[in-house]
Amino acid sequence: MQINSPQFKQRATVALQDMRLQKALSKAKGGFIDKRLAAISALPEFEALRERGKAIKQHTLENLDFYLERFESKVIEQGGKVHWASSSEEACQLILEISRAANAKVITKGKSMVGEEISLNEALEADGFKVVETDLGEYIIQLAHEPPSHIIAPAVHKTREQISDLFHEHHQQYGLTQKLDTVPELVNEARTVLRSQFLSADVGITGANFLIAETGSTVIVTNEGNGDLTNTLPRVHIVMTSIEKVVPTLNDATTLLRLLGRSATGQEMTSYTTFTTGVRREGELDGAQEFHVVLLDNGRTTMLGDEFKDMLRCIRCGACMNHCPVYGSVGGHAYGWVYPGPMGSVLTPLMIGLKAAQDLPNASTLCGRCEQVCPMKIPLPTMLRQHRINAYEQDLMPTRARWALKIWAYFAKRPALYQKLASIKIGILGFLGGGRGSFRYLPFAGAWTKNRDFPAPQGKTFMAQWKARKSA
Amino acid sequence: MPTTPPKVGLFVTCLVDLFRPNVGFSAIKLIEQAGYSVDVPEQQTCCGQPAYNSGDVPTTRELARQVMTAFENYDYVVAPSGSCASMLKFHYVELFKDNPVELEKAQHFAQRCYELTSFLTDICEMKQVTANFPHRVTYHDSCSGLREMGIKQQPRQLLNSVTGLNLVEMKESETCCGFGGTFCLKYPDISTRIVSDKVANIHHTDAEVLTAGDLGCLMNMAGRLSRTGSKVQVYHVAEILADMTNIPAIGEAEGE
Repeated sequence: MQINSPQFKQRATVALQDMRLQKALSKAKGGFIDKRLAAISALPEFEALRERGKAIKQHTLENLDFYLERFESKVIEQGGKVHWASSSEEACQLILEISRAANAKVITKGKSMVGEEISLNEALEADGFKVVETDLGEYIIQLAHEPPSHIIAPAVHKTREQISDLFHEHHQQYGLTQKLDTVPELVNEARTVLRSQFLSADVGITGANFLIAETGSTVIVTNEGNGDLTNTLPRVHIVMTSIEKVVPTLNDATTLLRLLGRSATGQEMTSYTTFTTGVRREGELDGAQEFHVVLLDNGRTTMLGDEFKDMLRCIRCGACMNHCPVYGSVGGHAYGWVYPGPMGSVLTPLMIGLKAAQDLPNASTLCGRCEQVCPMKIPLPTMLRQHRINAYEQDLMPTRARWALKIWAYFAKRPALYQKLASIKIGILGFLGGGRGSFRYLPFAGAWTKNRDFPAPQGKTFMAQWKARKSA
Repeated sequence: MPTTPPKVGLFVTCLVDLFRPNVGFSAIKLIEQAGYSVDVPEQQTCCGQPAYNSGDVPTTRELARQVMTAFENYDYVVAPSGSCASMLKFHYVELFKDNPVELEKAQHFAQRCYELTSFLTDICEMKQVTANFPHRVTYHDSCSGLREMGIKQQPRQLLNSVTGLNLVEMKESETCCGFGGTFCLKYPDISTRIVSDKVANIHHTDAEVLTAGDLGCLMNMAGRLSRTGSKVQVYHVAEILADMTNIPAIGEAEGE
């Protein structure tokens, strides 16, 4: 996927002026937040569950090699195969080879953020395969030629009217020429179109929410059932996922599933929770004849050993972005790559480089709401700050900001001098204010006064008044 | 009341020092009313957050040492800000986690640090204040105070004891106002959008007055309220509790 993160500021400005996007965002925000709150309020043990979930992930990450090897051996026992990919290119190459060997023409896909991370669709299409996204949201953005703007609701930035236009434009080829208005009509039409694709697909690619080491199973959660048709109908099923998705047991997976649905959409469980274990066995009616799991690293083993290790606990629920005031203002596309919001602002610099993604960890008020709602209790603000620390150490901070910080620090470290200077500066500001309550414009503070007045200082500084009072 | 009152050192905060000294004097009045003696060590400037949140750890450490030394001889360190208090209480410890000697010092220091309303209610066990403020007031929960320091009921309990004050809750009072320190200068458009949502929620309550425990947030919200021609007045919670609202509200001119 194209990297647009260096243009975060410009993209954010465009997003703020896009009235349709703003409408879609405000509608989505309320829904996610209210539904999650209702689901959690109805489960008194939610806090205990969070602790348990965190402990499961922590333990697994500390023994990741053991559980991954166990998972691999179980997959092999069930007639499947595990492929290890250290980079996006390697992962795409592996999938291309499997698809070529299967003589595939049409490939159906379930929703997979790892697929987006490695730019899988582009690689498959460049190799001549017809790729059909089967998750409704992914299908919509595939028609629109856009990347997802949310990790669980990829088309959350689209309004119903926009979707109606898209379907009207793209479904004529199937003889579906009527322009539709209601959500059920739109969903039904997408279902009709997708149904024929499911039946003609040679390879089905899904992601995985969890991998279970004790059984070699992969788990996906969906609300549309498209995942099941993607992994049972085609002859070859490829699971494209990443190494941190593994958990030790079925029991552990169910603990995490209880956290996932509630945190993501406020559901106790998603409509479908599908466990896939190996290939079709003798006498079974459905299931793939070939079962491949491609396990991506792409920097994750490096994270295991550094200050970003806790990020590997992420179960991709999207609660952090749903509650983020910045995401809620600009939407996912402003972030310029695959993962948006707080989790994306931590992950993106690790995957595309801090220099290109430097704006992301800075574009946060560090309000802490993300950490508060994270089912895995990931210290997201701490990690955003860690990126800033790394950027400072790598001298990536813009020169002007660096000098401003240096000058301020020089005085802040010298209290007597600071207080003298502050007195003078505040005196000048007070003089300029001339009895006005606030400034509509202040030189050097244009960023503040563009859309806000600047409250004028009350008078002398506190320290000056305090000293005068003490010596009186 | 204790016979020799414990000594409280007031951490003024840089914004109060520069822009709203009345908040500092209000804090002193309230702490004295609670029966403690207050002093203001002069070797203080800023808690270091601007440096810390910009990634400059060496400068932050130097400022942290300066603050800890300035407040060495006080039983309590109290700040009229949840954000600065949280910096002192939680983040200084983080800064020195690799140095056992300084870590112990930071931990000892952290135990003595409080945000003003939490100090008054949780430590001084103050149940009510002597203040009169016959207005409809809404309270914004500033992020660090709320989520790091657990400040939620303390200011409300005290505000409810103010004569004539009618406290009304705004929708999404726990959502960030968009200030975020240097964030509002680096990303002014996003900050504006966030504070605009906040202002809409404030207006929805029909409150005459907005209050909160952090001057940064208050200046941000006051600035947006003023720019949009709102009549809502803005005071720091300490000013209301100390009955020191006889000066123009934040961002308001004399006689406005």
